[in-house]
Amino acid sequence: MPSRPEQVVRLLQNRAAPALAYGCGRSYGDVALNPNGLLVDCRNLDRFIAFDPATGVLRCEAGVQLADILAFLCRPEADGDGWFLPVTPGTRFVTIGGAIANDVHGKNHHCSGTFGRHVLSLELARSDGSVSTCSLHENASLFAATIGGLGLTGVILSASIQLRRVEGLAVEAENIRFGSLDEFWDLSSSSDSSWEYTAAWVDCVAAGKDLGRGIFSRARHVSGVGVDPPRRKPRLRWPVTPPLSLVTRHSVRGFNALYWHRAGSNDRIRRICSYEPILYPLDSVDLWNRLYGPRGFFQFQCVVPRAVAREVVAALLRIVVASGEGSMLAVLKMFGAIPSPGLLSFPMEGLTLSLDFPNRGALTQRLFNQLEQIVAEASGRLYPAKDCLMARASFVRGYSRLNEFIPLIDPGFSSAFARRVGIAQPHGA
Amino acid sequence: MPKAPTLHRVAIFGANSDIAFAVARRLAETGAELVLIGRDLDALQTAAGDLKIRGAQATQIIQANFTETGDLAAIAAGAWGALGSLDVALVSFGTMPRQIAAEADNRVAEQALIVNFVSPVLLCNALAQKFEAQGYGTIAVITSVAGDRGRKSNFIYGAAKGGLQRYLEGLRHRLFAMNIRVLDIRPGFVATKLTAEMQQGGLLWASPDRVAKDIVAALKAGRPILYTPWFWRFVMMGVRNMPAPLFNRTKL
Repeated sequence: MPSRPEQVVRLLQNRAAPALAYGCGRSYGDVALNPNGLLVDCRNLDRFIAFDPATGVLRCEAGVQLADILAFLCRPEADGDGWFLPVTPGTRFVTIGGAIANDVHGKNHHCSGTFGRHVLSLELARSDGSVSTCSLHENASLFAATIGGLGLTGVILSASIQLRRVEGLAVEAENIRFGSLDEFWDLSSSSDSSWEYTAAWVDCVAAGKDLGRGIFSRARHVSGVGVDPPRRKPRLRWPVTPPLSLVTRHSVRGFNALYWHRAGSNDRIRRICSYEPILYPLDSVDLWNRLYGPRGFFQFQCVVPRAVAREVVAALLRIVVASGEGSMLAVLKMFGAIPSPGLLSFPMEGLTLSLDFPNRGALTQRLFNQLEQIVAEASGRLYPAKDCLMARASFVRGYSRLNEFIPLIDPGFSSAFARRVGIAQPHGA
Repeated sequence: MPKAPTLHRVAIFGANSDIAFAVARRLAETGAELVLIGRDLDALQTAAGDLKIRGAQATQIIQANFTETGDLAAIAAGAWGALGSLDVALVSFGTMPRQIAAEADNRVAEQALIVNFVSPVLLCNALAQKFEAQGYGTIAVITSVAGDRGRKSNFIYGAAKGGLQRYLEGLRHRLFAMNIRVLDIRPGFVATKLTAEMQQGGLLWASPDRVAKDIVAALKAGRPILYTPWFWRFVMMGVRNMPAPLFNRTKL
C-alpha cells in the first residue's frame, strides 16, 4: 500500500505478476480485482497538491476520495456560490483514480457529461517505469485510453480536475410520482433543461398498466442556504450479513408498494436541503450490500440509444417483472449527448436502466443473458464497473472503440474483468 | 485562561510520521495554525500543501534533525517563534530498531535510545520552560504500549519509551499547578511506516487516522494518559500485572 508516488513506480518495476490499481473497491464487479496478480492499493496516495480558488482547478493524488474534496469545499457557513464536484456518482466514497478509470457519471450527465470530461490532465505510471503526463494535448491517445480504461493502462498517480461553479451548495429538490414509462419520458424531457440532477426510481415488480411506474426526482443548486459538510464515514453500518437474503419477492413487493405510496397523494413534493440525500442516498448505511445475504447481488446497468430507448426499456422491464426477480433498487435516467474523451466510456445519448438482482445462481445468470441479448440487439451496452456476467461478445459489440483501446493496454497490467472478457492475457499461462 | 485547552496553534515535531500527519489533517480541518518540524523537507512541503488546502490557516515548515541533541533547544525556540506562541506541542518522532540488531550492536541500541528517549526528553525540557513562561498549553508525546513493561521481543525500544513515560510523569507533576497539560500517548499496533516490517493485519491493528481521532479528543479533554485504541489500556493492565515467573515463560 504505497504512500508516495515513487513507491508506486518501484512497485511496478519490481512486480512479479501483472498489476492493477485499487481504490475504494466500490465497483460492483471485478474491474478492480486481480487474483494472483499485484493489487496496488492507492488509498494512501491521498494528498491534495494544489487548489486555485479563482479558477477552481484542483490538483491531487489519485487516492483522494470525493468525500475528502467535498469536506474542504463545503464549509457550513457557505450559503453563497462556490465550487463543487463537476460530476459525482452515487457514492462519494470513491477515489479520483477510480472515478477516472470508470469514467463515472452522475445524475447530471445530461448537463455535464462524465467525470473524464472534467479531467484536465493526469500522471500515469506504467510498468516500464515511466511516468507520463497525459492530457488532450499531451499523450492524448493514452489520455483517452485511461479515461474509462479500467486501470489497464497504468496506475494514475495524480490528476488535475476542473471543479464547477455553483450558485450555492444547498439544493432544491422535487419528487414527482409517475404512473408509466411514457409519463417518465415526458417528465424527463421537460425537466432536463432546467434541473441539473435528475433520475427516477422505478418499481420493477409493478406489472400491466403500472409497468414502469416510479418516482422522478430532480434537484438543482440554490443559493442562500448553508449546508453542513457531508460526513467522512457513513453514520450507520449494516452490522452483519444475515444468513439469507433479506431481499425476496415479498419484501420487494412490500417495499416498493410502500415507497410508491410514500410519494403521497400530492404528486409533487418540493424541499430545500443539503445535496447529500439527493446525490448520495446509499452512503447513509455502510455495507448495505449485506442486505442480500451471503450470496450477494448482481447489478445490471445498461444504456440503450435514444431512438429505441422507450421500447427497449419497456421490454426489459416486462421481462424483469415477469421473472419476479427484481429488487428495490431500479434506477432510470436519461443520458445526454455530451461526449466523453474516454475510449471505453459507458454513457451514450439514451436511457440508462440499473437493476439489482439478488444472486440466485443460474436463474439470475439466465435472466441476465436474456436482458443482455436485448440490449446488444438494440446497440446498447453494459457498464463494466457494475458487471460480473457480461459476455465477451456483448462487450466487443457494445464498445466500438475497443480496437483503439487494446493496443494502449499496458502489458504489465491485467484485471479479472479484462481476463473474463478476453482483452488481457491470462497470466500464469 | 480557558478551562478547556484550545488546539489552535500546534507544533508537530516529527510531522512526517503517519500518526502525526493524520493528527495534522484533523487539526487543519478545524482551521488550526501548524508548524511542521521534520527531517525530510520535500515531504514536509508536500504535507504543508495538503494541509493548507484542507483548511489550515497557516503552515510553517522547519527542517530539523532530532538526533542532533545539541540543537534541540534551538529547534524548540524556532518552533515557538514561528507562530508567536503555541497551544500544543506534539512530539511524534521515533524509530523502531530491530531488537536483534540492537542487542548485537551497541551503536544501533544507542541510536534507538537517543532518538526515542534522549532527544524527546531534551526537547520537552526546552518546551516546558516556554510553556511555563506562557502559563497554559499542552505538551503531548507519543510513547507506546511497549513502554509499559519490558518484553523480550522489543525491550530496547520499550525501555526508551518507558523511560520517556517516566519523564512525562514527572513533568506532569511539575506542571500540574500551572494548568499545563502533559499528554502521554500510548498507541498499540498502528499500521504506519514505522511498523511496515511487521504483519499489519488483524483485529489489534489500528489505522493512523483512528489513532489521530483519539489523540485530538484526548487533547481537547486534557487527559494525562491515552491508550489508543481504548482496549490497550486493559491489555496492558494484564501484561503489566502478570507475575514474572509466568511472564518470563511467554514469548511476548
